[in-house]
Amino acid sequence: MNIIVMVKQVPNAAEVRINPETNTLVRDGVPSIINPYDMYAIEEALRLREKHGGKVTAITMGPPQAAEALKEAVSMGVDDVVLLSDRAFAGADTWATSYALSMGIKKIGSYDLVIAGKQAIDGDTAQVGPETADMLGIPFVAYVRKIEEVSLGRMVVERLMDNGYDIVETALPALITVVKEINEPRLPSLKGKMKAKSLKITPWTAKDIGANESKIGLKGSPTQVVRIFPPAPRGRREILSGPIEQQVDYVIKKLKEQSLI
Amino acid sequence: MDYLLTEEQIMIRDLARQIAQEKIVPVRAELDEHNKFPWDIMKAMAQADLFGLFIPEEYGGLGKKSLELCIAVEELSKACVGVSTTYAANALGTYPILLFGSEEQKKKYLPDIATGKRLVAFGLTEANAGSDASGIQTTAKLEGNEYVINGTKQWITNGGEAEIYTIIALTDKNKGARGASAFIVEKGTPGFTFGKKENKMGIRASSTTELIFNNCRIPKENLIAKEGMGFIIAMKTLDSSRTGVGAQGVGVAQGAIDEAIKFARQRVQFGQPIASFQAIQHMLADMQTMTEAARALVYSVARYIDSGAKDISRASAMAKLFATDVAMKVTTDAVQVMGGSGYMKEYPVEKMMRDAKILQIYEGTNQIQRNVIALDMIKEAARNK
Repeated sequence: MNIIVMVKQVPNAAEVRINPETNTLVRDGVPSIINPYDMYAIEEALRLREKHGGKVTAITMGPPQAAEALKEAVSMGVDDVVLLSDRAFAGADTWATSYALSMGIKKIGSYDLVIAGKQAIDGDTAQVGPETADMLGIPFVAYVRKIEEVSLGRMVVERLMDNGYDIVETALPALITVVKEINEPRLPSLKGKMKAKSLKITPWTAKDIGANESKIGLKGSPTQVVRIFPPAPRGRREILSGPIEQQVDYVIKKLKEQSLI
Repeated sequence: MDYLLTEEQIMIRDLARQIAQEKIVPVRAELDEHNKFPWDIMKAMAQADLFGLFIPEEYGGLGKKSLELCIAVEELSKACVGVSTTYAANALGTYPILLFGSEEQKKKYLPDIATGKRLVAFGLTEANAGSDASGIQTTAKLEGNEYVINGTKQWITNGGEAEIYTIIALTDKNKGARGASAFIVEKGTPGFTFGKKENKMGIRASSTTELIFNNCRIPKENLIAKEGMGFIIAMKTLDSSRTGVGAQGVGVAQGAIDEAIKFARQRVQFGQPIASFQAIQHMLADMQTMTEAARALVYSVARYIDSGAKDISRASAMAKLFATDVAMKVTTDAVQVMGGSGYMKEYPVEKMMRDAKILQIYEGTNQIQRNVIALDMIKEAARNK
């Protein structure tokens, strides 16, 4: 079973701040990590390989330093990696990113399954998974919390919903995104770390994957981030207790004080 | 301090540290409280290749040596000596096969040990044979193609949990220590059972049991080296593993210092953090200085062993003796720095103090280590006369 995992390098959210004057992210000195949801994707791919054999390839698009994320994937046991890195990719929104990733995946060739985390913790869009599936022309299942069975050309999974879960059968190849309930990602291994250390990653450029220049980077992006700002601080909150009549009286009094009713 | 570790050694240290932080620290108090064997942690360590660290590459290991093992043991011990004892005892049980086993025995057992699939234990101690290892009474009698083992081993680390046991038994009662031999016994062999699990003061995550042999028959091929080699195998095994006990001492001492300094910077008395008082500062300074000295000795001895040195008894005894005495002193002082809080189970230092005590006792008490050191000094002086 050949599996491709889509990973994204993101700033460690726990350490990111917003500059209050410029309203931009302060990324200086913030360590980069693999998007935590993608760690579940890597783990699930490795477990499928342990069960069914085959090969796991991790793919990412990003600046040259995104190679570090791929090396971390190798230290966990991923067999092969693909780094899409080219100035022409810069400024891509989810659509242009998905296009580039889909072209990269097509170049990798034959595969049975593509796995990604349900979303990245920086952009939080959850769009790249479904968009990539669409561009590859393969079925897509989001929020997978369990892979129940895999057999020739088909797979049954559990999709986490707000009020339970769906059991979904899909043809393969397919693309799924996974939620944290699916597994507990493993730690790197020493052999993996040693392999990652000596690994040389040659990036694939836009030309290498035969990408149409008008569809990548800023040019290929129908959306643009106009401004980033922290949400306004919330007003003062009060939690009421006691008999319900008293609470209602209190609320009415407060609303009248503010001339809201 | 920079000990000029190689990139790979730093990688090993960082990975062991990650396991300690992510897998051990969150559960160590519970393991201690409930006497619980850390199988989940062992599995995580196996997946991370830590069990293969000191096994040669041709048997599926990483081919590293004493220093790398000490580095890993130190990091694990910072978090929990109970867990690191389980790991280090696995190495202890493996050494007889690694150092003296036949090619067939190595091929049969080392690959499973390297992957962590099967855990190992070493069985030497008996009710009447502790510091005096020559007092063992367990016997092994050759009958046809089998040895028949009878007797009881006591206080065996990893007992019950390990799959492979390397044990010492007498093949010739009349020859004393020279009549001892080493054997491999697998769990599940008829006649081989486990006695009571000990309820210990510290290292409670580790398993300590009796091994009971009642007409236990093992194939002749499970003899390690030759009959009569048992005592030498045991001594060489302990020479090789003792530095690791020193590394446990360094680790638990450093773990206790890290807790003590964190606490001292936060705890306010007389209007200021207690870290600003010289009484506390001097204690912390002494604790770190002694621990650094212990680390320097342990690393030096490990490097000396890894250089292929033959006569390592004295050096490894010194590393074990010094680092574990330091560990007892430093963990006790960490409790003192933290005062009432240090004595409470909400903080990990009382456990570290309980755990540290065993390091002065097992794999040769520190009194026996002094015997080893002094006898070697006297022998050397006599030679040089």
